[in-house]
Amino acid sequence: MKYVDTTQVQKKMSSRLLTNRIAKTLFLLATLFGLLVLVVLIYRVFSQSLGWIDFDFLNNRLSTNPERAGIKGAIMGTMWLMLVVAPVTLILGVGTAIYLEEYAKKGRLQAFIQMNISNLAGVPSIVFGILGLTIFVRGLNLGAVVLAGGFTMALLVLPVVVVASQEAIRAVPQFLREASYGMGATKWQTIKNVVLPAAIPGILTGVILALSRAIGETAPLVVIGIPAFIIPLPDGLLDKFTVMPLQIYYWTIDSALVDEYANLAAATIVVLLLVLFIMNSIAVLIRNKFQRRF
Amino acid sequence: MKGVLSLGKDVSRESNTLSVRQMIEQNKRSVSTASILEGLMPKILLTIAIISILTTIGIVLTLLTETVAFFREVSFVEFFTSTILKPLGEHAQFGVLPLLTATIISSAIAMAVAIPIGLMTAVYLSEYASERVRKLLKPMLEILAGIPTIVYGFFAFTFVTPLLTKIIPTLQPTNILSPGIVMGIMIIPMVASLSEDAMSSVPNAMREGALGLGSTKFEVTWKVVVPAAISGIVASFVLGISRAIGETMIVTIASGSNKVFTFDVTQSMQTMTAYIVEVTGGDAPAGSTLYYSLYAVAMTLFVFTLVMNLIAQYISRKFREEY
Repeated sequence: MKYVDTTQVQKKMSSRLLTNRIAKTLFLLATLFGLLVLVVLIYRVFSQSLGWIDFDFLNNRLSTNPERAGIKGAIMGTMWLMLVVAPVTLILGVGTAIYLEEYAKKGRLQAFIQMNISNLAGVPSIVFGILGLTIFVRGLNLGAVVLAGGFTMALLVLPVVVVASQEAIRAVPQFLREASYGMGATKWQTIKNVVLPAAIPGILTGVILALSRAIGETAPLVVIGIPAFIIPLPDGLLDKFTVMPLQIYYWTIDSALVDEYANLAAATIVVLLLVLFIMNSIAVLIRNKFQRRF
Repeated sequence: MKGVLSLGKDVSRESNTLSVRQMIEQNKRSVSTASILEGLMPKILLTIAIISILTTIGIVLTLLTETVAFFREVSFVEFFTSTILKPLGEHAQFGVLPLLTATIISSAIAMAVAIPIGLMTAVYLSEYASERVRKLLKPMLEILAGIPTIVYGFFAFTFVTPLLTKIIPTLQPTNILSPGIVMGIMIIPMVASLSEDAMSSVPNAMREGALGLGSTKFEVTWKVVVPAAISGIVASFVLGISRAIGETMIVTIASGSNKVFTFDVTQSMQTMTAYIVEVTGGDAPAGSTLYYSLYAVAMTLFVFTLVMNLIAQYISRKFREEY
């Protein structure tokens, strides 16, 4: 007596297995699509920049003549910008994280600050630009200078540092704190001498990632009104400045007029990507090398 | 004896011993500075934490006050129903609809790319890839996520648009289609990694149960894992949309500044973000209607993305299935 029609089962099974195989291939292809774009993008940028990156390009100032134009001003501008962004985000970010993790009682205020930070992370960068334009550039009458740009960028990347620091502090095991209290240390002494040293690799990784975000960000700086053409090199916090992404932006939109500007933009992109690559490598290195698992 | 009594810092080498009275004095001194710090630090840290709230309040306040000033000059109804945006000239008209449609169209194109590819990538990484392959592929996708948007803008303008022109000859040099697609590519890693997190947290017991009943791997994925992780997956889509709405440089570069109310994706259209860039770049005199329109548009943008983010948070909190 036959309960199961094996040919029917076979037929159904083979179509199910076929779907299974097709799906697997499809998923793999989808994954490879992203990587393919990455390869094409990098190849395009590198091939367009070929012959344009040399010492002169890095050491010359801006010029309307593509042959003589360089990005020294943009590189210096980026460095000055980081000089503002790094300390401001470090102090604000780590301070907020310590407060939320170690001092704040679980309650309304803590939940409110936490909600604020997660929503702040979702605000488009251009809105931060408007905030910077209104408060720092016009409100404090600073103009589009390093300080105004730095403050704007610092607020933009603040959530990244806060969240990373919070995770790093949370990962410090409770028994370390208890051991410190047991030795008679006060709360602040425990935080300063035990929690922060243990959390520092995670915090540093977060700060570096935040800085690399700030280096690549364009929109807020366009909005605070940095003009296309700045020849003098920045020399202080109250000087006008430009950065690499802005230079890429202006060269790209002008490439319709002068073809070589596209090459200059590509060359600047290569420099920018190299800087970002180095920074991210350092972050990964710190994370792998110094992060202790308890 | 060394080390036993070296509690105080200023113990001289000659007298390695301390009287009890001296020790108490020293302890008192260090305790008093410690206790001052102890009381002070929480207040300092709270002040710092409040600055992060001030940022949000600052954003809302600046947008709100200037937006109110804008609506004193332009009616609310005109702003949201007029299809004409002509900010300069004598008969300036401020209808936000051209910007709004451009933003929605570009985001829709982006999500049409990012949702299927991102989700399939997530499925592959979470369900099919071996540990070794995943460790190789994931960092590469993270590189894609770390590339600055300005680079994508350059890519859209100088590579994708010319490429698409070969397929669609009527494509304008600046158009909404190409930045939409590139934006989608930019969002793939975000959708993929958030969805993968959601799928990885589905317990193995559920997969094994389905496999034990004779399901194929695809059926396990499609009928068990994806439904179980749906809250995280949908949240990743919503966050992706929010990201697309707020994206600035790609559309500014590759879609131009044509303020028309149209649904033709081969044409140049200006999104809300690109409008903000154009107006601020043009140095609008403070106090003019043009200047205020900047804030009204930014407010619309802010509300849109905020609502999207709140929806994403709500979905992932409300519909999460705990295992």
